[in-house]
Amino acid sequence: MLRLEARPAPSRAMMFASPLIAAAAMLLTGSLLFSFLGQEPLHAFYVYFIKPASTAYGVGELLLKATPLILCGVGLALGFRASVWNIGADGQLTIGAIAGGCVALYFREVDAAWVLPLMLVAGALGGMAWAAIPALLRTRYNTNEILVSLMLVYVAYLLLSYLVHGPLRDPHGFNFPQSRMFQEAALLPLLVEGLRTNVAFILSLVLTAGAWFFCSRSFIGYRMQVSGMAPAAAAYAGFSEKRNVWLAFLISGATAGLAGVGEVAGPIGQLQPSVSPGYGFAAIIVAYVGRLHPLGVLLASLLMSLLYIGGESAQMELQIPSAITGLFQGLLLFYLLAADLFIHYRFKPAMPVLHAVPTTD
Amino acid sequence: MSPEHLLIPFLASTAGAATPLILAAMGELVTERSGVLNLGVEGMMLVGAVAGFAVTLSTGHSSLGLLAAMLAGMATALIFAFLVLTLQANQVATGLALTLFGVGLSAFAGRGYAGQTIQPLPHLSFPLLSDIPFLGPLLFRFDALVYLALLLALAVSWMLNRTRLGLIIRAIGESPQSAHAIGYPVIALRYCSVLFGGALAGLAGAYLPMVLTPMWVEGMTAGRGWIALALVVFATWKPRGVVLGAYLFGGVTVLQFHAQGFGLEIPSEFLSMLPYLATIFVLVLISRNPQTILLNKPMSLGQSFRADQ
Repeated sequence: MLRLEARPAPSRAMMFASPLIAAAAMLLTGSLLFSFLGQEPLHAFYVYFIKPASTAYGVGELLLKATPLILCGVGLALGFRASVWNIGADGQLTIGAIAGGCVALYFREVDAAWVLPLMLVAGALGGMAWAAIPALLRTRYNTNEILVSLMLVYVAYLLLSYLVHGPLRDPHGFNFPQSRMFQEAALLPLLVEGLRTNVAFILSLVLTAGAWFFCSRSFIGYRMQVSGMAPAAAAYAGFSEKRNVWLAFLISGATAGLAGVGEVAGPIGQLQPSVSPGYGFAAIIVAYVGRLHPLGVLLASLLMSLLYIGGESAQMELQIPSAITGLFQGLLLFYLLAADLFIHYRFKPAMPVLHAVPTTD
Repeated sequence: MSPEHLLIPFLASTAGAATPLILAAMGELVTERSGVLNLGVEGMMLVGAVAGFAVTLSTGHSSLGLLAAMLAGMATALIFAFLVLTLQANQVATGLALTLFGVGLSAFAGRGYAGQTIQPLPHLSFPLLSDIPFLGPLLFRFDALVYLALLLALAVSWMLNRTRLGLIIRAIGESPQSAHAIGYPVIALRYCSVLFGGALAGLAGAYLPMVLTPMWVEGMTAGRGWIALALVVFATWKPRGVVLGAYLFGGVTVLQFHAQGFGLEIPSEFLSMLPYLATIFVLVLISRNPQTILLNKPMSLGQSFRADQ
């Protein structure tokens, strides 16, 4: 019989192994699920996880879909390190898309190089503004930031829906609920001819590097991490909790807003009733699977992106509903949380307890 | 139209919107009173909704559908309980995982049910009472779950405040170490509380496709699970506050369907925002004074507990 025993110190090896174990367990469950659905498991596995990334175009799609996940995930990870729970990234992404989209539509006659940077700035500011609401309510009125940021996601969705059904609807669009297509100057340049990957991917890499520097080389990043790991110590050291909340929300709001602009100025090219298939929520999983570390987030985003494009591939070729993607995402996080037990605990075979026998002379 | 013709449908549909909120929030309230924060209510509701719809559709019996919804809610709650109670996982992260998992699982399981409809739960009819003018349609013509939810609130209130079991659950929520030292089975009772919350969340979810709109729509809970979580805070962890809050929110939720009748010319999207904005508003009101939260919140809420420490 095995028994759990607390490790004397958290295991560093397990910290890195745990996401790999979780990914392996998810793949195994996936294969079982495929055979349950009447598919040949190996073939389904190939179609879902390998084939989509086996062509140059596929790799381009992989990077394209990883971009918003990296952007949102890096921002969320910073906050989660400080135990600030922004789970409304999808709403901040949506507001960022609206802000960037409004700039594009307002300057639709303009064909100048400054339109795109202006859109990115507007998107980042929009995301920050939306994230500032839960930050303000948490710091000023002690209000739970999880619930507030989540509620604002629904408000953001509805706001976008109102805009594309009303004021921003394309007057020549046959009454479809969508805006005009953005002009050339408002679209992100492609990285490679023939692929859909655009410069937002480079931006996400730059921000990842910046986040890495912020986390491991700056004093502010250090303070945030201490506050998350040992709130009492942080308070004793005089680190301000309010400042952490503000920083976490403003940074993650800005990156989520950028992700929103990346979508509407990238693959979508206009405002539509929905601009994200839940990237802001998937980014929560990405942040955890990436161990709340910017580089880990980068790798986890690629895995999560593979789940998205694999789902599409499986739907087209095997008629497996692409909703299976969401199931895999949830499973991945469950397995990760379970595997994380072994960072702090280990199995110990239950052995007969040996008692010291008092000796008599 | 006379005001009566506007008011009665409005108030009657308020009860319909309030019922799933009461059910889900009452389950979460018991879970939280035992010291466990389960943020997966939305996910459990969705899984319950699709299970209830699927079983009702295939068997034709709504009672079986409701049973299946409760079992499905409990099954997902069991995953959560195993992770946080046995494997010591972080409750916030695991709750979020449960919601994401429930969203994915229900979308996947419900893929074949789009566009199909079922017979909604029948409305009860009480002899004589249901025919009283004004009061009849207002109080005595609902489906059974509307009354059941109110009875449940009374029962939970009685259980928590007047029974030994309730005292033990509250003790576990306040100080699991002390409760364990006295000899109460902390982990086992927390398992029970989480499963109770799961069953009620499943039932609450099933109310949507089985009463409110008799069909399955992906993600049809639309944040009600999160509103239920907010209601527990709003109610300062007390059952009667949940009922009051649920009816308030129910009214705000159905306002959008009756606004035109009341002569309000506001785009429907803005009216649909009201429940979410109202949630934020009441959370601010209730949390503004840190003392209110501090005095009422179970002390050990969200913290892991291991018996051998």
